[in-house]
Amino acid sequence: MEPRPPLILARNLTKRFGDFSAVSGIDFEVAQGEAFGFLGPNGAGKTSTMRMIGCVSPVSSGTLRILGKDPATHGAQIRARIGVVPQADTLDMELTVRENLIIYGRYFDLTYTEAARRADELLEFVQLGERARDQVEPLSGGMKRRLTIARALINEPALLLLDEPTTGLDPQARHLLWDRLYRLKQGGVTLVLTTHYMDEAEQLCDRLVVMDQSRIVAVGSPRDLIDRYATKEVLELRFADGNEEGLAGRLERLGDRLEALPDRYLLYTDDGDEAHAAVVRAGFHPESTLVRRSTLEDVFLRLTGRTLVE
Amino acid sequence: MSAALRVFEHNFLVYRRSWRGSVMVSFISPLLFLTAMGIGLGSLVNRGGGGVAGLPYLDFLAPGLLATTAMQTATIEATYPIMAKVYWEKTYEGMLATPIRVRDLLAGEMLWIMARLLLVELLFFAVMLIFRIPRSLESALSIIAAVLTGLAFATPILAFSAAQKNASGFAVLQRFVIMPLFLFGGAFFPLSRLPGPLQAVAWLTPISHGVQLTRGLTVGHLDAGATETDLAVVLVYLVGGLVAATFTLRRRLVN
Repeated sequence: MEPRPPLILARNLTKRFGDFSAVSGIDFEVAQGEAFGFLGPNGAGKTSTMRMIGCVSPVSSGTLRILGKDPATHGAQIRARIGVVPQADTLDMELTVRENLIIYGRYFDLTYTEAARRADELLEFVQLGERARDQVEPLSGGMKRRLTIARALINEPALLLLDEPTTGLDPQARHLLWDRLYRLKQGGVTLVLTTHYMDEAEQLCDRLVVMDQSRIVAVGSPRDLIDRYATKEVLELRFADGNEEGLAGRLERLGDRLEALPDRYLLYTDDGDEAHAAVVRAGFHPESTLVRRSTLEDVFLRLTGRTLVE
Repeated sequence: MSAALRVFEHNFLVYRRSWRGSVMVSFISPLLFLTAMGIGLGSLVNRGGGGVAGLPYLDFLAPGLLATTAMQTATIEATYPIMAKVYWEKTYEGMLATPIRVRDLLAGEMLWIMARLLLVELLFFAVMLIFRIPRSLESALSIIAAVLTGLAFATPILAFSAAQKNASGFAVLQRFVIMPLFLFGGAFFPLSRLPGPLQAVAWLTPISHGVQLTRGLTVGHLDAGATETDLAVVLVYLVGGLVAATFTLRRRLVN
């Protein structure tokens, strides 16, 4: 069987604003049905990449194909088949919840009846059915975000782009959103999202790229990346009296690798409890300790030397 | 074209919420103006000099205000709502994520402003009918002239709005461009009363030509050569503004 062509193909993709390169020659592919993430701190180039994929920001150089088409020549045709959840909601405050969806459907040239039918269906899907006739303004942040997602689905897109879908939401609202996104993925929609939350990337993404300073620094599934760039476990150590002379050097020998953060040490090891015992045996007296599994945060720290969210 | 109609439809959906108030204002405001200035002040003018340019002052003033009303309506429609959609509420960002393109946005907005102007001018003309100002059926053509005059302001102002980072430029535009044009554009007194250099400045603006067109059409006295010039100036602004607006909107929204 012929392998299916990638839904998105980027080769040496570059975005420049004057002298500044927001995206510097990145390569990636997104397969049909995949959930693909761009992970990185603010300013890494995630949003610029998303805007190019969304066919609203012209490519400066390199190649970009979405659904097999070139955004430079087929922008409107590509946009007809994708849904976009922008970083900041662009809902219409002067219209009701339901009207927001219907008019958006009209932009895709749906008939009024069809747009209304889908609007009602989608409002149920994002649990906003009871708010259909309300104005948008009084809705909570999580509700607005869900409405934005519903709006992005009105054209039954093959590809859904989500730029930081849960930034600023409380945990409950995030989990509800994640659940809806997971269902969409089950339904065959390809998801491409940016995030600077590790747990979000781990929850949602089959595969992701880590971006830093306009470049891709690693690609893989969350598990791959952790296996490749981090140990199984991490021992976190806090000391009451701050940085003792030579502390880092002596700690380092007790694990595979040590990261010194302003407020704590991260000791990377395959067995956290064993390392903890070794620390105690060596005569250290940390104020608190924590053994946990490695996460993408650790991968990011390893790759860039910085934490994701300051 | 259908994409532009969707943009129009969006504006219509929003307008549906406030149309009653808007229609009332568009009807009452000419009623007040023509009563106070046309009849009140006009009686003094008529007594002193037997009207203006051979017309009773009310008949002279009304078509002038028909044109300036279009200018003012176009100015409002092409400033704050556009700023909101570009910047405050980012409505255009949402629209451009769909098959709608920048040129559809612009075409849709222009269609909408045209419809708004048409409504406002029809109401104004209805008030003129109450005062028995129009002299013939052809007078109704002044509505079209006024709409064109409004559009000649709408396109360059929209171009300006799309380039603004905040609304402070709009206050400047209102005070230092629109207000002087309202007062000195020929609606209240003939341009010939202005000092020579100011006459030249007034001639360069679309409002003076718009006023000449609406006045000529209302009283049924068009000067053939001058009318072509009037139309030409109005159209130059309209088309020039359209080109400029395409440029500034694209620069702002597609980057």
